[in-house]
Amino acid sequence: MFVTSAHAQTAPAAPETPAAPGTAPAGDTHAAPAGETHTETGVAHGDEHGGGTFPPFDATYYPSMLLWLVITFGLFYFLIKNVIVPRVGGIIENRQGRIAQDLNEASRLKAEADAAVAAYEKELATARSKGHKIAETAREAAKTKAAADRAVIEAELGEKLAAAEIRIGEIKRQAFAEVGQIAEETAAAIVDQLIGAKANNDDIKAAVAAAKTGA
Amino acid sequence: MANDPIHQFQISKIVPIEIGGLDFSFTNASLFMVATVACAAGFLYFATSKRSLIPGRGQSVAEMSYEFIANMLREGAGNSGMKFFPLVFSLFMFILTANLLGMFPYFFTVTSQIIVTFALSLLVIGTVLVYGFYKHGLHFLQLFVPSGVPGALLPLVVAIEIISFLSRPVSLSVRLFANMLAGHITLKVFAGFVASLGALGALGIGGAILPLIMTVALTGLEFLVAFLQAYVFAVLTCMYLNDAVHPGGH
Repeated sequence: MFVTSAHAQTAPAAPETPAAPGTAPAGDTHAAPAGETHTETGVAHGDEHGGGTFPPFDATYYPSMLLWLVITFGLFYFLIKNVIVPRVGGIIENRQGRIAQDLNEASRLKAEADAAVAAYEKELATARSKGHKIAETAREAAKTKAAADRAVIEAELGEKLAAAEIRIGEIKRQAFAEVGQIAEETAAAIVDQLIGAKANNDDIKAAVAAAKTGA
Repeated sequence: MANDPIHQFQISKIVPIEIGGLDFSFTNASLFMVATVACAAGFLYFATSKRSLIPGRGQSVAEMSYEFIANMLREGAGNSGMKFFPLVFSLFMFILTANLLGMFPYFFTVTSQIIVTFALSLLVIGTVLVYGFYKHGLHFLQLFVPSGVPGALLPLVVAIEIISFLSRPVSLSVRLFANMLAGHITLKVFAGFVASLGALGALGIGGAILPLIMTVALTGLEFLVAFLQAYVFAVLTCMYLNDAVHPGGH
């Protein structure tokens, strides 16, 4: 590695701050010669260990590697802890929350559908029982009305029958009454024919009446 | 130099910085640490920027890696271990991205440096120790005293438990480091065979086919190892964190 003048300037500039507590006697060795010696030793180290010790076991760069590891890994840890983990964890949690929410929504809708089915069936059952009841009452009503009608008609018929019987009795009685007269006339005619003499009306009447009661 | 399999692990300065006599230069390793963080954080950030309910490809991958680690940690350390989720997730993503970036030719593999893997495993063990003592006080030491062991055997068992606990950071770091290092060296050696045999003429080109096939196969294997080592690191981290959360519970 060659060292440019810019590098040579940064090299002495950096140790300026710890130079005071660390190497107290060399207080004002931040001039150009000091920088030269620093960089020279750095190059010398590189050449010396290049062919010598196995590089991973070369302790020359251990401080540098540790420092840069602390800086880079520390930064990485900071980023992971404060940016990446909350973000990725948030994404995953968000997704799980969303899935759980969707499942809840689905089960809620299913419950709603079940409730709707149950309500529908209940409604259907009540409607059916209501219809049944209506039919029942209609049948009852029809039955009672038919019974009432029949009773009325029967009563009417009975009345008519009674009237007819009364009339028949009257006619019969009238006929029976006329039968006596006819019998008297017939008996008078028969007697007239048989004996040629007029029979007494009262006798005939009495005889007919006697025959009637005797019969 | 180009065929030297060790050369890929060489560290070179990009911006030399020296503080208090120690070399804190911005090197190619630092550059790839920055690249790793930029790639991993950038991917996770932009893949999830839409926050869509139905994820796209990128968001799917980001969510999958998140849930993968979350499940691993929940199974390993229980729900009370979930407070370490950012740590385990960062470790997994950092190591995975560093391993995968290392698979690009000419790229530097951050996890092939023992100091990096050791620092990461010390971070894990340090977290376990600090949290364990903070949460359970001296009860945390129950970790080293398994229940149901006869009194005579107890000192031996405790010694073994302590040794196994102390060897954790070593095994954790060496496993990752050695896997990445060995894989990359093997890959480089076989690829080197292809180049050097190919330079020998017609016969050499014929002979180079075998290492070429090997290199292709090894590349696939290395991608597997890159993922597997990140996974193993994360799983072991979860197990060790379980000890911090439930010291008596094993």
